[in-house]
Amino acid sequence: MPAPIRLRELIRTIRTARTQAEEREMIQKECAAIRSSFREEDNTYRCRNVAKLLYMHMLGYPAHFGQLECLKLIASQKFTDKRIGYLGAMLLLDERQDVHLLMTNCIKNDLNHSTQYVQGLALCTLGCMGSSEMCRDLAGEVEKLLKTSNSYLRKKAALCAVHVIRKVPELMEMFLPATKNLLNEKNHGVLHTSVVLLTEMCERSPDMLSHFRKLVPQLVRILKNLIMSGYSPEHDVSGISDPFLQVRILRLLRILGRNDDDSSEAMNDILAQVATNTETSKNVGNAILYETVLTIMDIKSESGLRVLAINILGRFLLNNDKNIRYVALTSLLKTVQTDHNAVQRHRSTIVDCLKDLDVSIKRRAMELSFALVNGNNIRGMMKELLYFLDSCEPEFKADCASGIFLAAEKYAPSKRWHIDTIMRVLTTAGSYVRDDAVPNLIQLITNSMEMHAYTVQKLYKAILGDYSQQPLVQVASWCMGEYGDLLISDQCEEEEPIQVTEEEVLDILENVLISNMSASVTRGYALTAIMKLSTRFTCTVNRIKKVVSIYGSSIDVELQQRAVEYNALFKKYDHMRSALLERMPVMEKVTTNGPTEIVQTNGETEPAVLETKPPPSGLQPTSQANDLLDLLGGNDITPVIPTAPTSKPASAGGELLDLLGDLSLTALVPAPQISQPPFLLDGLSSQPLFNDIAAGIPSITAYSKNGLKIEFTFERSNTNPSVTVITIQASNSTELDMTDFVFQAAVPKTFQLQLLSPSSSIIPAFNTGTITQVIKVLNPQKQQLRMRIKLTYNHKGSAMQDLAEVNNFPPQSWQ
Amino acid sequence: MQFMLLFSRQGKLRLQKWYVPLSDKEKKKITRELVQTVLARKPKMCSFLEWRDLKIVYKRYASLYFCCAIEDQDNELITLEIIHRYVELLDKYFGSVCELDIIFNFEKAYFILDEFLLGGEVQETSKKNVLKAIEQADLLQEVSKCPESIDEEY
Repeated sequence: MPAPIRLRELIRTIRTARTQAEEREMIQKECAAIRSSFREEDNTYRCRNVAKLLYMHMLGYPAHFGQLECLKLIASQKFTDKRIGYLGAMLLLDERQDVHLLMTNCIKNDLNHSTQYVQGLALCTLGCMGSSEMCRDLAGEVEKLLKTSNSYLRKKAALCAVHVIRKVPELMEMFLPATKNLLNEKNHGVLHTSVVLLTEMCERSPDMLSHFRKLVPQLVRILKNLIMSGYSPEHDVSGISDPFLQVRILRLLRILGRNDDDSSEAMNDILAQVATNTETSKNVGNAILYETVLTIMDIKSESGLRVLAINILGRFLLNNDKNIRYVALTSLLKTVQTDHNAVQRHRSTIVDCLKDLDVSIKRRAMELSFALVNGNNIRGMMKELLYFLDSCEPEFKADCASGIFLAAEKYAPSKRWHIDTIMRVLTTAGSYVRDDAVPNLIQLITNSMEMHAYTVQKLYKAILGDYSQQPLVQVASWCMGEYGDLLISDQCEEEEPIQVTEEEVLDILENVLISNMSASVTRGYALTAIMKLSTRFTCTVNRIKKVVSIYGSSIDVELQQRAVEYNALFKKYDHMRSALLERMPVMEKVTTNGPTEIVQTNGETEPAVLETKPPPSGLQPTSQANDLLDLLGGNDITPVIPTAPTSKPASAGGELLDLLGDLSLTALVPAPQISQPPFLLDGLSSQPLFNDIAAGIPSITAYSKNGLKIEFTFERSNTNPSVTVITIQASNSTELDMTDFVFQAAVPKTFQLQLLSPSSSIIPAFNTGTITQVIKVLNPQKQQLRMRIKLTYNHKGSAMQDLAEVNNFPPQSWQ
Repeated sequence: MQFMLLFSRQGKLRLQKWYVPLSDKEKKKITRELVQTVLARKPKMCSFLEWRDLKIVYKRYASLYFCCAIEDQDNELITLEIIHRYVELLDKYFGSVCELDIIFNFEKAYFILDEFLLGGEVQETSKKNVLKAIEQADLLQEVSKCPESIDEEY
């Protein structure tokens, strides 16, 4: 049999293929040749064949039949064979295949080989893809090599140890003695990898952390030498000496200085020095400054240093390099809570970044802008944000609109300004507004009594030509129904008064009903509005009667029901009509479902009123709401169709926002509102809709999977009824500890969440202990509590992660 | 670093180094999606993007994209320097490296990478030392060749 073709030859040949099919054919032919060669146990060409296989694997073709061959190559004595063999192992094998364990013995031998390059290959392979079993078996060898004086091997052993610790955290202790003199090395490679190893150990164990704090002076010294020493050609990058090492040292200092006054004090000077002396003309200098800023902000630095850090970030914002700007915005977002005033000083630069072309920068600038809005700058900021809303990409509009509403609610300087702002949002991004915004806005409008005429006029004008933006049309319809009398009487002094007749108003509402752009919910709003106008208008009552009776046979069940009942109002209960359709009272912001409110709003069908808290947009009706409907006699409920969540780009700067990606829903397909049965006249009992808070709120099991159980217990604050304090207890019923446990939670935007520090990060096995953590939830609107949780932990040597929704909160915890 | 990918402007993979255990299927999926995402970026955009729960740092050198996935606590700017250092190493080794060099000598590109990074972290910050090690290893490869084989080993 002729010698198998050479690697480069094969590559050349395959590249001549003109079509995918041709390439596939060549590959299959060659694979067949390689297979038979393998079967013949040919030692001479095994290396060549595996190399070719690796190339074909990179092109996307299956290469698993070469796995065992890689092992044979590793076992060979020839260096070339080992080189290709280990490469093959790293590319084709992973810990999922049992085959990989066969490598262990070879690696063990090679770790003790006489040639350092062979030892290097073994260390590299173990450090890149060693499984937990392999790591357990070979940790001793790695530890030995960590103590060698050969710096080539020592640096590799250090990173290999890092990998071992990541895979099998329990083995961390055994490397402790070897770390004794690591920082005394002159060799930068060893220094760098040692710092990485120390960082890994300190991050994983508070004991190690306190143990290694004594290294701070030495680290400071090394860093100082790097900065002060002259030009060192071997490690120089654009005039800076070993930036990689500088950055890693700064990161280790961050971990050591965190929460520790003495260590922070000891590193104060060097941080100031680095911050002021580092050359900023190239990326490498800025990389060091960036790390320095992160460290300054995280340790207990003095205020002067912190201001210095923020100013560096401010300068970054003005940098032409958009990478630097991006990094600055990310860091500012992290620090805006703690150093708010300092960040405020850079507000105008941040706002300018809203106009950046890069999407990631825009998003960060938007988040930061919302964090910086306050009572003083609201007018100016809002102008910028509204302009941004107008011109930004669709993926931002929903978040931006929500953010604007929130900010406006908190800081509006006047009611008129507030309403104008809302109008602006509705008209520019009306279809991106979230569903729960509509009832909020309606409630806001009812509260500004002097603005009713102004508002309804503006809304009327806004939808005159265009019914496509559903939330806008919904709010407008509702207002026209409620304040139609003001609209036609042109009581509004502020705007140029427009002459509107009853007919014109009804024209619009009827058009909304007919338009095929109108969602079912919108039609509901329009029909009810028309009905309400029967008491507010004088000349057009017959027209209204006609419209209402037409819809009595509508295919849409919701509309049909309403129309039939309104018809009944006209026919049988005409004497009650004016009372029923009276002007709405001002709605309470902190809403409850108290019986008295229902009596007041008798007969009104607006879901926004009856269920005086905004209906949960799109998610399953709560069992609470169902109970209510059952109490009042099973009327038809429009099925609530959950809308598809938008896929939000994950934002690294805010994990909470990321977790909320599914809770926030697009308003493009607004969910039908949960409709309360319209007729409460029949058999309305003044049954309280929630139980009095009994002594003690039942606790719930929020999560239980894979042996991890998380329970929530609740307490309500006596001083602030909007605060719920949740204590979580995480327990572990498996036979191995769960380490590095991190609990994260996200709630819908109308809530606020505060997570206090957990009791520890390790959940001992066999339920022998728990992690407790306190969550404070602020729920001013008394909305039903929902939470999404993210759990990350290490268990049995692998990293675990899970997302879950908690929906079983007892009503006493949030009402 | 969780992984590094090198791919051409047409989306062809030239090198893949994974530092986390994933199945072949998952690797393919991630590669496909990420390549698509990065290739869709406009030239003026910044080198960082958020993707799933990772930070992606990428830079284009001639016809090749160098793309790294780093974790939340890693420094994006120094990652750019890491990428640049790797390119410099390739350049020194091959003498004005171009995509073809990496295509035809992919195994050497891996060898160089494995002397520069280990387990996703930098193991040697001196350019000279990395190149010296490669040189010595290449020499060892020469020496260990069986006498019958001619110039190219495989």
